[in-house]
Amino acid sequence: MVRFGNVYKNYPNGTRALKGVDIRIDDGEFVFLVGPSGSGKSTVIKLITAEEKATNGKILVNGYNVTSLRSSQIPKLRRTLGVVFQDFRLIENKTVYENVAFAMRVIGASSRRIKQRVPVILELVGLAHKAKRFPHELSGGEMQRVSIARALINNPQVILADEPTGNLDPVRSKEIMMLLEKINELGTTVIVVTHERDIVNSFSKRVVALDGGKVVSDATGGYYQV
Amino acid sequence: MKGYNTVYFLKEGVKSIFQRGFMSFAAVTVIIACLLISGSFALVAYNVNELIAEAEQQNELLAFVDETLSDTEALGLAGSIYAVSNVKSAEFVSADQAFVDYSEELGDDADLLEGLDGDALRHRYRILVNDLEQTEQTAEELEQIQGIAKVRYSYELADGIVTMRNIVNVITWLIGALLLVVSVFMISNTVKLATFDRREEIAIMKMVGATNMFIRWPFIVQGFLLGMMGGLVAFFAQWGIYTYAGKIILQYAPVFELIPFGSIAITMLVAFLVVGFIVGVLGGVTTIRRFMRV
Repeated sequence: MVRFGNVYKNYPNGTRALKGVDIRIDDGEFVFLVGPSGSGKSTVIKLITAEEKATNGKILVNGYNVTSLRSSQIPKLRRTLGVVFQDFRLIENKTVYENVAFAMRVIGASSRRIKQRVPVILELVGLAHKAKRFPHELSGGEMQRVSIARALINNPQVILADEPTGNLDPVRSKEIMMLLEKINELGTTVIVVTHERDIVNSFSKRVVALDGGKVVSDATGGYYQV
Repeated sequence: MKGYNTVYFLKEGVKSIFQRGFMSFAAVTVIIACLLISGSFALVAYNVNELIAEAEQQNELLAFVDETLSDTEALGLAGSIYAVSNVKSAEFVSADQAFVDYSEELGDDADLLEGLDGDALRHRYRILVNDLEQTEQTAEELEQIQGIAKVRYSYELADGIVTMRNIVNVITWLIGALLLVVSVFMISNTVKLATFDRREEIAIMKMVGATNMFIRWPFIVQGFLLGMMGGLVAFFAQWGIYTYAGKIILQYAPVFELIPFGSIAITMLVAFLVVGFIVGVLGGVTTIRRFMRV
C-alpha cells in the first residue's frame, strides 16, 4: 500500500519536483506512473524508497510513515520493496544466480534459505537454465529478468519498476511487461514508471499521469494521454 | 551476529584484499615499516630506560658528617636524612670503612695511602634518591641538616641521565604517533579503493534493505586482516633485527648488553597486534561513510 498526501518536494538547487501530489495505491494493484521527463515520476520512486525526503506532506508505504522514518528504519522499509532499474544494475562479476542470491545474502538470509528460494524465482522469470551465466552473456531482456528476479527474491509487497523497458526493443519490452503482470497476478503490487505510450496503452491498467509535479489524471483502464 | 554472516564477512573481506592486491601489499608493507620504526624506537627507549635505571642506582649522593660529631651522633643523623622527602635510602659508611673502600678502589695505587688511616676521612652517608630530577634540591636540603658538613654528587651525570631519558621518550612517542597516523591513512586508502570498486554493489545492497552495519563489516574485516597481517610480519621482522643488532652491539660495545628479546617478546607481539588491529579497523571504519549515503 502506498499513500501520498499533499506531497511537496523541493530540491536544494531550487527545482520544485512535486507540488501537492495525492496518490493512493492499494495492495495488489498494477499502476503505470506516466509523464514526460521532469514531470516528477522518478521523484515519486525516490520518495517511496526513502532515497529522498519530502519537503512537505505525508507518505505511507507498507505501513511505514516515510516522512518521519528514522534512518535505522529505512532498511526495514526497503525490504518490503523490490526495485527494478532501467539500466538493470547487475553486478558484472557475479553470475545470474549470485546476483539474485546477493539480494538475499545482504539482508542476512541463511545459505540454506538462499538455496531453496533462488531457483524458484529464477524459474518464475524463466531464467533457471541461465543461472550460471554472467550478465555480459545475456541479452537486454534477460538482464532485465535477472533484475526483476532480484527485486522479487525477498518477497516484497511492492515492486517499483523505473523505466524497465527503456533499454529494450518492443518485443522484449512486451515480455517484461507480461512478466510484471504475472507477478502482479500472484499478489504483488506493481508500480511501473514509464513514458512509453505504446506499452501503457497495450495494457488495460490504472494510469496515474504526472506533469509539472502534479497529478493531472488518474484513471483505471486508462490510456496514456499526456 | 549470525554464524553464516560472519563467514560471509570474512569471505568478502579476504576477497577485497586480493581484488586490490597491490594496494593491500602496499598497505601491509607500510604498516610493517611503521611498526618496525616505532618498535625499534620503543626498544631503544626501553633499553635506555633500563640503562638509566641502572645508572640511577649508581648515582649516589655522599653526605659527609661533621668531624666534630661523635660516632653515635653521626649514626643518629639517619633519622634527619630520611626525613628529606626524596631520599630513597641512606647507608651509613664509617670513616674506617670508607678508607678500606677507597683503598680497594685505588687497587695497585693503594700505596698512595701509605701512612694514612681511617682518621684521614670523614663518616658519610651514601644516599640514593627517588627522583633524579630533584637531586640538586635534595642535596640542598641535606646540607641544611645540622651535622652534615658537605654533600657531594655529580650534577652533570644526574642532569644528563634525565635529559637523555626525556629525549628518548619524547622521540619514541612522537614517531609512534606520526607513524600510526600514516598507517591509518594507508589502510584507509586501500579500503577506499575497495569501496569505490564496489560502489554499485553498495548501492544495490542499500536498495534491497541491507543495514549500514552489514555493508560496513566486510570493509572492517578487510582493514582488520591487513592490520593483523602487518602486525604479525612486523613482529617477526623486529625479532630478527633486534637479535642481529644485539650481536653487533655485543661485538663492538660489549658494555651495552641489550635486554634479551625473549623477555619482551610477548609484550611486543601483543603491542604489534593491538596496534595493527586499531590501525586496520580505524582505517576501515573511517573510509566507507560517504559511500553509505543512498
